[in-house]
Amino acid sequence: MRNPVLKALRVIARIVIVLFFMFPIFWIVLMSFQTNAQILTLPPSLIFKPSLANYVTLITGHLQTSVGTLDVAFLQNLGNSLILSVGAVIVSLVLGVPAAYAFARFRFRLGEDMAFTLLSLKFAPALLVLLPLSLEFQMVGLDNTYIGLIWIYQLITLPLILWIVRGYFEDASPDIEYAYRVDGHSWLKGFLKIAIPLARPGIAAAGLLAFIFAWNNFIYALVLASGDKQPVTVGALAFVTASGIQYGQIAAAVVLSIIPTLAIALYAQRWLVEGLSLGAVKG
Amino acid sequence: MNALDVSALSVSYGANEVLRDVALDVRPSERVVLFGPSGSGKTVMLRAIAGLEPGAIGRIVLAGRDVSLEPPEARRLGMAFQNFALYPHMPARENIASPLRAQKLGAGAIEAKVRAVAELLKIDHVLDHFPRQLSNGQKQRTALARALVGEPKLILFDDPLRNVDAKLRYEMRIELPRLLARRETAAIYVTQDFREAMAIGDRVAVLIGGAIVQFAPADVVYDRPATLAIARLFGDPPMNLIPARGEAHGAGVRVHAAGLAFGFDAKPPEEPVFGIRPEAVTLSAGKAPGRVAAQVVAVTPMNERYLVLLRTDDGTELVASHDAPPPGADLWIGVEPGRGALFDAATGLGVASSSSAEEIAA
Repeated sequence: MRNPVLKALRVIARIVIVLFFMFPIFWIVLMSFQTNAQILTLPPSLIFKPSLANYVTLITGHLQTSVGTLDVAFLQNLGNSLILSVGAVIVSLVLGVPAAYAFARFRFRLGEDMAFTLLSLKFAPALLVLLPLSLEFQMVGLDNTYIGLIWIYQLITLPLILWIVRGYFEDASPDIEYAYRVDGHSWLKGFLKIAIPLARPGIAAAGLLAFIFAWNNFIYALVLASGDKQPVTVGALAFVTASGIQYGQIAAAVVLSIIPTLAIALYAQRWLVEGLSLGAVKG
Repeated sequence: MNALDVSALSVSYGANEVLRDVALDVRPSERVVLFGPSGSGKTVMLRAIAGLEPGAIGRIVLAGRDVSLEPPEARRLGMAFQNFALYPHMPARENIASPLRAQKLGAGAIEAKVRAVAELLKIDHVLDHFPRQLSNGQKQRTALARALVGEPKLILFDDPLRNVDAKLRYEMRIELPRLLARRETAAIYVTQDFREAMAIGDRVAVLIGGAIVQFAPADVVYDRPATLAIARLFGDPPMNLIPARGEAHGAGVRVHAAGLAFGFDAKPPEEPVFGIRPEAVTLSAGKAPGRVAAQVVAVTPMNERYLVLLRTDDGTELVASHDAPPPGADLWIGVEPGRGALFDAATGLGVASSSSAEEIAA
């Protein structure tokens, strides 16, 4: 690192990487303040008069097009996304964290096979299961319900949480839980008071990732939800209108839909960086 | 009534038998050291006593109460782990209070007991610190305080001084027996360090390959190891073990080793090996009866003593531990009367020990 040329190259490389990843987001934010006409000018210009019209459209729910006024249910879609993603993550945490602990601590018959089967659910193409699933859901009346969608979202969130949290449980020394039991505490208390707090950074990370995956899901919601249960990913299709694609509103919708994920990421950050078992056992 | 009676204890992992039909007893207030090489099953045995080995078979009786089928939380004993196993998300105070919380004591009683044991272990000034803020020595003491605070009749120590520095290790070797004696607590102490075993143990159980090979007072294990394996493990520097010749001599056997001859009350072993502790090898500048010529090969200071590697004229090498540098390069060596031991390499067992030995001049 003493070589100044090398050092300069490193700095440049970092700047390039940051620009590469940040540019699309930067561009989307710019687009969200432009009208469709401004967006479609060639060459694109960085100098324009910003307008809040796109955001107003999303929040009021009335889209003015050349052929008339369309209703967009963006805020309802946003609410649906929130209900579906939060619901899916909560169900996955309640089911997945104890299961992850069992897989990490106990060896039992078919244990590895069960864990791998759950993981393999993520390998299957969604379209493969969707057709029979939508028929079955119609039969039992689960199509277009929050419960049905949250259930199906388990395919996305449960394996993720199970496998990430399992690793954190495996990394924590079982001696800490043993010590707690020798002290006279029951197994359940050891799980709740020792194992879970120690795996908290992992649970936070897995929960956050699962939330993002659930939030970004498109295909399950597209097929299984219609109208009032649609999340933002599906709702954004409404901007592809008869009079053209509403790029400005799409950009504004993207900006608004990033906000909940960003807020949760910032909130979970303090647990993500919290040391796992720093100083608990000999390093 | 013994603090602990273990009988017919076996632990297997699949086809691998880690402990085989082990028995052990610990008297009230007695400190028993479990000594053995790594992988001999010491820690597994401790865990089985604590109830942390679900596959353990056998009978474990704690202070007259059969706990063989009880879960760890119902056994009411203390345990100190090699890696401390402190709860990282709780301050030292809560770490120590954990056994008292399990006993559902009142807040006042818990505070008083925690403070008392913390003062005893000189950690009362760091009770509000989290484990990551404690030095290794303080972590160690916090873990010991947690094992002591519930006043169990028996505490299990799993090599608790393994991960602390030498100074602290010496301190604790002196302090720990005093602490345990004051609280009238019996203890099982696992270690691989023979000095620790000598300093802490009233009796030493030597565990090799999943079986207890010798269970006797520490000085007996030192002076009269029951097998060649124990003679090699127990002692630093270890006992000199010299291949020997033996012939029947009256009712006993006469053994020739390193140019010296020794008499033992025993049948002649198939493959005799003569054992002598380094500090029982005497050095002198002049020839005398019962001595043999030897050259000094190397001298190493160790603590206050000198380790002298010697070679006799017949090529035997042996180590002497002496409190002064050797008086020259060419010496005459002998052995202290009554300190020799005789083993049979064919069986690995001790045949006769110093009590029956009778040194004879070559």
